[in-house]
Amino acid sequence: MNASVGAAAPVGDARRRRRRREVSLAYLLVLPSLLVFGVFAFYPLVRTFQEGLYLVSPQGERLRFLGLEQYRDVLVSETFRNSMWITAKFVVLTVPGGLVLGLGLALLAHRRLKGIAIFRTVFSSTVATSVAVASVMWLTLIGPQFGLLNYWLGREGTNAIDLLQDPNTALYAVALSTIWQNLGAVFIIMLAGLQAVPDELLEAARIDGAGAWSRFRHITLPLLSPVLLFASVILTLNAFQAFGQIDLLTPGGGPLKSTNVIVYDIYDKAFRGGSSDIGVASATAGLLFLVLLALTLAQFRFLERRVFYAG
Amino acid sequence: MPAEPSATSARPGRRLVVAKRIGNYALLSAVAFVVLFPIYITVVNSLIPTKEILQRPPTFFPTSPRFGAYTEAFGAGHLGRYLVNSFVVASLITVGQVGTAILAAYAFAFLDFPFKRTLFFAFLATLMVPFEVTIVANYDTIVNRLGWGDSYQGLVLPFLATGFAAFLLRQTFLGVPRDLRDAAALDGYGHLRFLARVVVPLARPTIAALGVFSFLLAWNQYLWPLIVTNDERYRTVQIGLKALRGQSLDRLDVVFAGTIIAAIPIFVLLIVFNRQLIRGLTQGAVKG
Repeated sequence: MNASVGAAAPVGDARRRRRRREVSLAYLLVLPSLLVFGVFAFYPLVRTFQEGLYLVSPQGERLRFLGLEQYRDVLVSETFRNSMWITAKFVVLTVPGGLVLGLGLALLAHRRLKGIAIFRTVFSSTVATSVAVASVMWLTLIGPQFGLLNYWLGREGTNAIDLLQDPNTALYAVALSTIWQNLGAVFIIMLAGLQAVPDELLEAARIDGAGAWSRFRHITLPLLSPVLLFASVILTLNAFQAFGQIDLLTPGGGPLKSTNVIVYDIYDKAFRGGSSDIGVASATAGLLFLVLLALTLAQFRFLERRVFYAG
Repeated sequence: MPAEPSATSARPGRRLVVAKRIGNYALLSAVAFVVLFPIYITVVNSLIPTKEILQRPPTFFPTSPRFGAYTEAFGAGHLGRYLVNSFVVASLITVGQVGTAILAAYAFAFLDFPFKRTLFFAFLATLMVPFEVTIVANYDTIVNRLGWGDSYQGLVLPFLATGFAAFLLRQTFLGVPRDLRDAAALDGYGHLRFLARVVVPLARPTIAALGVFSFLLAWNQYLWPLIVTNDERYRTVQIGLKALRGQSLDRLDVVFAGTIIAAIPIFVLLIVFNRQLIRGLTQGAVKG
């Protein structure tokens, strides 16, 4: 807004002074945030891409310039493709299942019953579990020896299975614990979405003779689509950034590296053991950034067309 | 709120309605049981000796619960210290995030300045930079250059501002009527006084939600505390859990007791601030 044009000289002076004060105040107010972003988000992002061009010693010295060659090497490397594949599987294992279960819980709890608030609190309870807490809690079910799953399956002693030690099942076991941990948050988001669907619409459809499924399919689901989009974006990004559950349930990246998701791979290369390779870890992180960026943008564009925005 | 659908009063059979209601409760209870089961069995396992955890058939109801594992977790497991660390770190992060966001949001909502749009875009762009991506470079900055490994500032500093918090509060502040600003200016209120006395009180629900949400995320952090702390004195409770699990393979009860201890503060937070937490989680998902 530019109002200072054509004012009398002294008034304009005072106004200009006030305006200058306002501008400096504004910069002062955004400065703390900008400092944090600059030092801990933008600078490290640039540095990550830079570091990816070098052979870097474990102490952080740049030894030799490798250029884009290093990115190419990482891209075609067995480990990177393996981690990307595992991460993709992890997304497929956790996102759709998590969405469906969360929506199911929300549909169950979205009714007027005495005491429903208690059930809602219970259903949202896993929102209070951290990734570490949730993972250890799941050990009660999938842990070696003492895990209850073996008991339920009737497998004892030498016959017992250890899901977390079997390369064919480890990722599934980790995914189960992840779905459970996310359930509370997805439930809360879905329930809020359901509560925003106007009762009158559903009532009108009921009077018109629409059955429960048809009301859900043609009214609730379309109106819920922005919420579904929101939840699926969050869950997908979360799955791509999964780390804690891997580290706790399958330390080292699992049997035969079967749970070596991309963030674990970066951690492995940068921070574990004497063979740390900062250059390769940085190049991998840079590639992960590009994947996540593309994914977020694509997800929004792709789903936007199929999403119904009310109002 | 309309009551039960009026069709029920046409009494197609009162008994049917009652049966349906019981069915509802049964279904809800069964699902609640499944959702809570891992938590329940963790509690049970924390109250019985390791020998009994390994026993078959397993114990589902501890007949003689003991709390020794909890004392052990606090004593040998140092969980008390870890809890204090988590509390300090999460509180500092929460205060920082809310504080920086209030200041920046005010500038974006009420002030005009050159490059406003560009700067706002920069704030939003941070949402596209997950911390996992920059972790290698940030480790270098904090630990190698600043020498802040094993320190509170190292754990806290990178998280003192988020684009999400600033964006959320800006949207809320935009809802504050401009007339209020003019009226306050007539009363001689400068910008900062107007922010503190009018805008912040009006935005209290959102700020509270943001605070609870920030605390929850900070408390649950795993990757960053794992790599920047080696010293037990600065270890947070999440990493303490990992350490506990690594050490006491023969004391499973202590591991599970530690898990319950680590979870309790957030469960309390969830119960006390239920509404704020839900608000925080659903901001952006549902309008209004």
